[in-house]
This record gives sequence, structure tokens and C-alpha cells, in this order.
Amino acid sequence: MKKSKWSLLLTIVLVLSVFLSACSGKNGKDDKANGNASEGNGSSSKEKVLNLLDSSEIPYLDNIMADDSVSLNVANNVYEGLYTLDDKDQPVLSGAAEEPQEKDGGKTWVFKLRDDAVWNNGEKVTANDYVFAWRKAVAKETATQYSFIYQVAGILNADKILNPEDKMYNKTDQLGVKAIDDHTLEVKFAADPASKPYTKAVLSFPTFYPQNEAFVKKQGKEFALEADKALYNGPYTLSKWEHEKGWQLKKNPKYWDKNNVKVDTINVNVVKEEATRINLFETGKADRTTISAEYVDQYKDKKDIFSTVPESTLFFLRMNQKNKALANENIRHALDMGWDKKQLTDVLLNNGSVPAYFLVPSKFVNGPDGSDFREKYGDLNKGDAKKAKELWEKGLKELGTKKVELTLLNYDSDTAQKDAQFIKNQLEKNLPGLSLKIKPQPFKQKLKLEEKLDYDISYAGWGPDYPDPMTFVDMFVTGSPHNEMNYSNKKYDDLIKKASSETDLKKRWAMMQDAEKILIQDDAAISPMYQRGLAYITKPNLKNVVNHSFGGDFSYKNWDVK
Amino acid sequence: MVRFVLKRMVYMLITLFIISSFTFFLMKLLPGSPFNNEEKLTAEQKVILNEKYGLNDPIPVQYFNYMSNLVKGDAGVSFQYDNRPVSTMITERIGPSAVLGVEATIFGTIIGLILGIAAALKQNSAIDYVSSLFAVLGISIPSFVFAGVLQYYVGVKLDWLPVALWDGPKYHVLPALSLSVFVIATVARFMRTEMLEVLGQDYITTAKSKGLKSIVVIWKHTIRNAMIPVVTILGPLAINLITGTLIIERIFAVPGLGYQFVGSITLNDYPVIMATTIFYSVCFIVVILIVDILYGIIDPRIRVAGGKE
Repeated sequence: MKKSKWSLLLTIVLVLSVFLSACSGKNGKDDKANGNASEGNGSSSKEKVLNLLDSSEIPYLDNIMADDSVSLNVANNVYEGLYTLDDKDQPVLSGAAEEPQEKDGGKTWVFKLRDDAVWNNGEKVTANDYVFAWRKAVAKETATQYSFIYQVAGILNADKILNPEDKMYNKTDQLGVKAIDDHTLEVKFAADPASKPYTKAVLSFPTFYPQNEAFVKKQGKEFALEADKALYNGPYTLSKWEHEKGWQLKKNPKYWDKNNVKVDTINVNVVKEEATRINLFETGKADRTTISAEYVDQYKDKKDIFSTVPESTLFFLRMNQKNKALANENIRHALDMGWDKKQLTDVLLNNGSVPAYFLVPSKFVNGPDGSDFREKYGDLNKGDAKKAKELWEKGLKELGTKKVELTLLNYDSDTAQKDAQFIKNQLEKNLPGLSLKIKPQPFKQKLKLEEKLDYDISYAGWGPDYPDPMTFVDMFVTGSPHNEMNYSNKKYDDLIKKASSETDLKKRWAMMQDAEKILIQDDAAISPMYQRGLAYITKPNLKNVVNHSFGGDFSYKNWDVK
Repeated sequence: MVRFVLKRMVYMLITLFIISSFTFFLMKLLPGSPFNNEEKLTAEQKVILNEKYGLNDPIPVQYFNYMSNLVKGDAGVSFQYDNRPVSTMITERIGPSAVLGVEATIFGTIIGLILGIAAALKQNSAIDYVSSLFAVLGISIPSFVFAGVLQYYVGVKLDWLPVALWDGPKYHVLPALSLSVFVIATVARFMRTEMLEVLGQDYITTAKSKGLKSIVVIWKHTIRNAMIPVVTILGPLAINLITGTLIIERIFAVPGLGYQFVGSITLNDYPVIMATTIFYSVCFIVVILIVDILYGIIDPRIRVAGGKE
């Protein structure tokens, strides 16, 4: 009996001590947290500090494994390849000292590497570091999801090395890359890269960055699992990494262009909840955050902090032509025309998204004459409800029916649900006889149903893998794994095939534009919905912020705090 | 007592085996693969990736491999985080969750007990009504509502405490408080009911008529007896909080285990799902054992082992 009384007392004392220690912390640790809002307290030092938020832990610090926006963004800032994207989203030389010398009629590029490019342990970045990393990227054992980017870039033998059916499968030493000496790198292409004007930009993608062979081998399985288990050659180093909590980037003192890196320290905290991100911004603990439609109205009029950025991601409705009704061209045209896209972007999405009447997003890439891809044909298959109804009735007659029942396969998020509901209401009102059922599915399940062509209409999205219209238009050639809607048009296939080997860039460009017109204006194979936008709130003293349309989202090197 | 614990240990191992086997096969029913950019992968790439992670084998073979590795103490590597060992992922993340859970449980229990006892002793008084009202609100309003309100008013408007993040003791206050509301309400409600019941028992009347001081009657005879059901619910409740709560961790950006678990399910990160489930189960089973042992200490009439102490 007595014993239990004492233990209770002990518990109470313990509990109290926990709370007391918690309270005492309030006074002690405060100063540190308050001072660092943007710029350290002027007098002591002029250190420029940025506090940013991200939505997830870094899945991969190994640039070759990086396959998600968080990892790619970190890689883009702590490592460096031959090229990097500048503040106009154009590839500029970084690890390479000069533009490559071309041999074999352009099929071989010889790069001179920078003399002053070093890893943060002081060792020089050598040509062998590139060879090692590139071979690792296409190796079977690595199994990185972005190995396909080597095929995109057209590096010699990449397609064969990556194909389990081929004799050359996994023979990574056959890859078209060679170190002539420490500072000379030779890259061979399968075809003349002139037909791929995006080659240099693709080389700025993190999967093409070098890795220090000796270091990687020494770390073995531990490589890039912690901040000190990786070597950095970029503008920043990862100085701190607390898993799931956040990380810190510090200006790399050994970086060759360190004088042009303005911000000294970047703290990134992982915050998944949007309301929390906004509250942190409001209390000065974060300098920038994305906001979704619900919050846009609250900030829209604050011009100094609110901004929207169009992304190059397109959302569209797939129409599965295995379905009898959807195999009818008039029905498809009517479904695409029969709802108000502008109302969806302006009222429901409300985040800078724009209505889409196209496949290749606007402001994504410029053609050989410097004009936007969209300039030639502009909006495709644009019409009004009246026109839609006419086409719809024509289609119904052709089908010999009065009623069509369709199911719309959807994402299971709240916003996608609202979008689908809106489209359903509009279409059922404008196209008499139509009944549209919405079927939300978890993402992975949705992909599976699409792959099996087990759906009627599907809400889908696509972001570019490389900065070229081809990443969009070659999705819908017959037999493409991304076609997934039984669409086939020989004229379309021919145009894409010709375009992918055409070295006259103007012709190539026109072919892709014509193909897009066939896809949407003539065939209404898909119904484009919107080009997604992102709304941000940013502290007014943060300057030169640019979103990249491809690869890592940001280059902090260009950012500044005024 | 030792025999009792040993016997229970054997049961625990059997339970764990059943739970992990069950989870393994259930998990394999989830659609899709554990790969991020699934919509962009080619068929060849999927073959290569599946091979790397041993997902091409028949499920019974995968099961056997997993279980034999597990027995050797190897819980595998995560698919979504660069082959990071699952065991380190859990140990890194359990810290904040556990600290928060313990704080919320202790604080919630103390306040809950005080409220419950006070309400029972002054039945139908103002204290009783206030405490009952609080209990009803605390149980029916979800904790994320309190979290949101606390974050906005205490964090943003009053600027007394940090809005979120995890950087020291003062960052614990709001999330722990939000978590403890449910504990307070539950404990208060149980304690009040039990106290009232015990107060009506004959032995309390006897004790009073013996002329014992009322403080002794309340402390030694009433509270002690009323504690048993509270201890029963407190075990699982504490484990729930300690192993991480998805919503509160998300709202206050606490780098804990709760969100990790849910995330691994949506991403089909099989090794993480398995390891977290097993970890949760171990915690639960151990707590249930502790609760059983505690019964004997609180109320000597309950002798779990039937030994001759």
C-alpha cells in the first residue's frame, strides 16, 4: 500500500518537471527563432537567409535516383551538370567550359570541362565523373525511373542498354560517353542531335549530373542517405538534413561561380498542411508558399505578394474509343465543346489556370523563329453550347440512339470531384440524352483502369519530360504506351514519325503543329481541360524568383533578398 | 508472476505472426506498384524495377523471404526513400510522435482525473455540469478543429506560441494540447461514472460509518477502485497518441510517424507498411500486458496469474 502512494507522488513530480522544463524553454530559446525572418539582424552580419517550405521529405539525394519534384529541385541546386537552366529557362553552360566541338557531322560532341569546377571536398570534377554517373544511370542494378531520359537525349546505345530483349542489355560500357582526358568528355548520339533542339536543355536534367566515383564507391549503400554522405559541386551544399522535418542549404564556398550566388542560407521546412503554410507565412516564418483556390480570393488583391505562374502541365479528358458512342467523331466533338472551360478555370480552380483548347501548353517552348507553339493555330475545336448540341444530335442520329450513358473516371481528390461535378452538370444540360456518371478511384487504381482501357472518359494530366512539344504530341501515336484510349490516325502517326527525324527545325515545328491540329480540331481525340497554374504568396523583398518548366523547379542561385 | 509473463510472451509472438501475415497478404491486394511515376514507366522499366525489389516472385515466395528476413532482424528497405533501411526510418520518426504522445497523455490524464473526480464528488453542481459539457465537446469535436483554432488564435492572432514546426519545447505546447483534449474528455467521463458507482457501494458506507476521514475514504477506497476502467482505456489511448496521430502531426508539421504510415500505404511502400504495422502491434500488445499487470497492483482482488502471493 505504502509503495503505491509513493509511486503516485513520484509520477506527479515527474509530470510537473516535464511541464516546468517545457515552460523554461519559452524564455531561453526564443531569440534564435525570432531573428531570422529574412535577413539576419543587419548589424552583426549581412547574411541573407531564406525560409522556404516544401510538402515532402527529400526522397532521393542521389541525383540519378531523383524522380520527384522535391528531389529534382534539391539536386538542381546542390549539384551541377554540363548545362543549367538560366532565369529565362534556357540552357546555359555550367560544368562545361565552352560549347561542344562537333564531330562526325554533329553526331559526336566533345566538351571541355571547367578547370575550376570542384567537389566540396576539394577534388576536381573530371570527365570520368560524368562517365561513371551516366553508366550508373542506365545500369539495370540502379533501376532509376528516369533512365528513359537517356533515350530522350538520344545518347548512343541507350535504348539498347535499357531493353531487356536486346543483346546489348545492361552493357553500360557501350553507352555513348567517353573520357578523353580529365577535362575532355566525348558524347556520342544515335542520330544527329540537330533533329532534337532540346538536347542541351535535357543535359541540364539531374540524371545527367556527374558523380565522384571514388566517393560513391566508398560510401556504398550509405551514399546520399545523409547530408554528409554526398559530395556537392553546385551553388549550394546540403548542410543539414533532418528527415521529415526539413533541410538547410548553404552557399558552397568552393563553387566556381560563388560570387553570383546571393542568398547565403536557405532553410526548408516540411509542411504538408496548406493552412499551416499560410499561417507560417503570416507570422514571418516562411518567405514564400503556394496557395490553392480557397485562399486565392484572400490574397488576390495584395499585388505585392500575390502571383500566379502558369505551369506546363495539361489536364484533359481521355475519350476511350473502344466505347461505341465515343468512337463517333461528332459525339467527341460535342463533348469537348459542350462545357464552359473558362468557368472551370476562373471559378472553380481560381489559381492562374487557363482554359485549354490545345495539347501543347502555351508559354512552354518557343519555336525556331522565336514564336510560341500556340501562335499558329491558337485555340482548337472551340465552340459554344449551341454548336455542341448540333453535333451531338448529329452523332446520336448516326448511332441510331437517343440516350448515351457514360462514366467519367476521376481522381479521388476533393478538387477533382468538384471539377467533374461541374463538367457533368454542364454536359448533361447542354447535350440532351447524355447521362454522365462520376467514378472516383485512388490514383494507382485509376492508372490501372486506364492501362486496361476499362473506362469511358477519364480525367487525366500530363507534364513534360523534356522541353519540347514532342513530349506531348508523341503520346498519341498508335501503339504508344501513353495512348491508352484506342486512338489511331495514320496521318497523325506519319507526321510525328517524320518530325522526330527532321533536322530542318522549321519543318519539324510545323509538322508537330499540324499533328496537334489533327488530334484536336479534326479528331477531337481528347478534350483538353486546362493548363494548370500555381498561385504563390511571396515576401516582397524576395527577387528574381523563376519557376523552371522542366527539371528542378527553381535555381536558388538566381534568387536574391533585397 | 514470471510464469504469467512468459506465457503471455508466447501468445504475443503468435499474435504478431498472425498480424504480420495477415497484413502482408492484405497489402498485396492494394492496386498498383510502389513506383512514383507509374504513368510514365515503360513496360520494360517496370520489369527492371520489379526485379530489383523482388516483386516478380510469386506472392508466397515474397512472403517467405520477407518473414525469414524479419526473423533475422532485417525489415527491408523503403521503396520511396532511396533504399533507406526501414528500421532507421521508424526510429528517426518515432521520437517526436512519442514525446508528443506522452505529454498529451500525462497532461490529459491529470486534468481528466481532476475533472472527473470533482464532478463525481459534487454531483449535479456547477462543476459537474461544466465538466460534463467539456467531456461531451471533447469527445464529439475532432481534435483537428481544436488544433486549427489554437493554431490560428494562439499562434497567428496572439502570437504567443509558434504556429507549427518542431524546434524545441515551446513547439510542443499547441500540438500536445490539441491531442490532450480527447484524453481529458474520455478520462473525465469514465472517472465520473466509475466514481459515482463506487460511491454507492456498501463498503463506502461501511468505511464512512467506521468514522474514517472523508479524504481517506475518497482516496483509498473510491478513487483506487474507480481507476480500474480508466487504466484499461488509457493503455490503448496512450499508444494511439504515442505512435503518432496523422492529423495533428500534419497540422503542426511534426516530423512524426503518423503521417509516414498513411503515406506509405498510399504509395504502396510495402516494407514500410509492414514494419510500421508490426511496430504498432508490438506497442499495443506490450501495453495490454502492462495494463493487466497494473490491475493486480491497483486491485489485489484481480489476480491475473492465480499464483499464491
